Amino acid sequence: MEPTKDELTKNKAKNKAEDGAPLLEVEDLHVRFKVRGRNVHAVNGLSYTLAEGETVAILGESGSGKSVAAQAVMGILDTPPAEITRGAVRLRGEELLGLPERRRRTYRGDRISMIFQDALSALNPVFTVGDQICEMYEVHRGMRRKDAKAKAVELMERVRIPSARQRLGDYPHQFSGGMRQRIMIAMALALEPDVLIADEPTTALDVTVQAQIMRLLADLQDELRMGLVLITHDLGVVAGVADRIVVMYAGTVAEQAPARELYARPAHPYTVGLLASVPRLDRRSGPLVPIKGAPPNPAALPPGCPFQPRCPRAEAICSEERPPLIQVGTAGHRAACHFAEEVYGAGSDANADSDG
Amino acid sequence: MPDPTPMPTQTAEERPILEVERLVKHYPVTQGVLFKREVGRVKAVDGVDLELRRGETLGVVGESGCGKSTLARLLLAAEKPTAGSVRFEGRDIFALSRRDLRALRRRIQMVLQDPYSSLNPRMTVGDIVGEPFDIHPEVAPKGERRGRVKELLEVVGLDPDHVNRYPHQFSGGQRQRVGIARALALRPDVIVCDEPVSALDVSVQAQVMNLLSDLQNEFGLAYVFIAHDLAAVRHISDRVAVMYLGKVVEIGDEEQIYEHPTHPYTQALLSAVPVPDPDSRGWRDQITLEGEPPSPIDPPSGCRFRTRCWKAQDVCAEEEPALTERDGSAHPSACHFAAEVEDTVTT
Repeated sequence: MEPTKDELTKNKAKNKAEDGAPLLEVEDLHVRFKVRGRNVHAVNGLSYTLAEGETVAILGESGSGKSVAAQAVMGILDTPPAEITRGAVRLRGEELLGLPERRRRTYRGDRISMIFQDALSALNPVFTVGDQICEMYEVHRGMRRKDAKAKAVELMERVRIPSARQRLGDYPHQFSGGMRQRIMIAMALALEPDVLIADEPTTALDVTVQAQIMRLLADLQDELRMGLVLITHDLGVVAGVADRIVVMYAGTVAEQAPARELYARPAHPYTVGLLASVPRLDRRSGPLVPIKGAPPNPAALPPGCPFQPRCPRAEAICSEERPPLIQVGTAGHRAACHFAEEVYGAGSDANADSDG
Repeated sequence: MPDPTPMPTQTAEERPILEVERLVKHYPVTQGVLFKREVGRVKAVDGVDLELRRGETLGVVGESGCGKSTLARLLLAAEKPTAGSVRFEGRDIFALSRRDLRALRRRIQMVLQDPYSSLNPRMTVGDIVGEPFDIHPEVAPKGERRGRVKELLEVVGLDPDHVNRYPHQFSGGQRQRVGIARALALRPDVIVCDEPVSALDVSVQAQVMNLLSDLQNEFGLAYVFIAHDLAAVRHISDRVAVMYLGKVVEIGDEEQIYEHPTHPYTQALLSAVPVPDPDSRGWRDQITLEGEPPSPIDPPSGCRFRTRCWKAQDVCAEEEPALTERDGSAHPSACHFAAEVEDTVTT
């Protein structure tokens, strides 16, 4: 990759300058929506860090705020109605929130990029995929059309699209779901970003295609040493790829831990409940132990711990005081539960008797 | 259950309640506006044989486009097949008179995927659950309906006092319960569930699956459980049929399919499903299939899976493998080279 704009060289120089800072740092992020005069608190204090080459999974159900948080980090939230009320997003130590839009724009695609669940609606239907990939190089790198085209073909080959050169002139609808997802990945990786945010990248795909895409992402990540933020609701997908997992519930972090640790010894009753409620492919599971009730409405969160109305071990304190994130066990394992120590102590047996 | 049935009941206990034989459904693809020419046919279901026994759950798995939802519509007689038959207690459902078909529909009901679009937003939950009684008034006399609806809501775990609420006042999981209550209203023998949990949150899916199991035990229901989620299907099914491009490629009981699969497609499918356990396996040591399923308009000759199969030989293009037991497979498997591989599911 030859950097053609001096802006790029400036950026890369800056990277060197602040070497001590983590690649991506999200701190105490709060996002609020104003809907018909009411405040909907979508994200209420999300923090995580991401290192080079690392995969952090943000796991959560619908309404947990995982996608909104990702859009805030990417800088593509519509404001209004959304409003980032507190927090920081730092890329190699540089604060991104509050940057003027013009400057922020040079970061998108170049330093941080994002892929979405639904590739068909993320791609522009009236331009060929070649046009859309070339545009990345023309706008950000100031390349000439001919060079950009050569780059686009190279990129499409890299994401393993068969007969890439011939397909450059095809429109998004002419590709299958899996191929479209590859094109979106190609566009996201065109400028070799430091951070890739993947928001449910395989949810709309069949399992055999999901496996292809996840493998492709893992290979490309190894190759480019980028940090990957994987947003998903699928406990299986996460287990296969994540180094660390952040479990979100009602806009806050319920628990975060290294992947292995989270599955082996969850310390938050919500995580315990999630693990007990998914059927397993690799064994005939006994009766599932579901979490009772449904996720709360972000417009009317319960007082205290947001999980308290559904929690099997809730006590009086849970509806009075919001539990802080406390450390349990190994470094990097933290859970927001008043009884995190006990849940953690119960170890993996907790799966079986979480209802008791 | 007291259930006066207008259908002739089978005396032989052994007979499956539903028998599907060489069922075919093709949809024409046309070109032109005024003079429509048929330019091809989507072979959505292309020769399927299945049986459903009383009180059992038959899982049907496959990827999008494999024909599983078309199969569901055919089982409900919501579509006319191109060829083949579906027999309910021995009678071909496509040869029934209007009256008999109406009577049949009491006994086969359906639960749909999307609890948001399958409930009329302008009807109260009580009216939705009670609507089947308007069509089949013999099931519940007018005076009793209110009570029956409340009973049904209670059976599916909803508050009977919410009978006057509208669907938007319920969460996704609760709406799916309303859909299940509606399906139960006429006391059917068979419920066809087309992706009943895939629109729900993980923590709510388990609630609905447990409810389905409880209802099966209580009412002796037989389910056809159609889903793309292989883990959910394993959990709930007694027997499982794997579909690929309009055909059943392998069928067997839950253990045969999940522990001893012999068709390469089943093996690849199982191997592709991520398991929620980091120690179980990574993405790297699976069978990864190349490409995507071919178009059902123009499926490959011979074995339809051969274009993506690592075992394919010349014979696969020439001869279509039958769905039968073979040397390498104790249960029916439609592969010339059916054989078990070691540890498909776990590493």
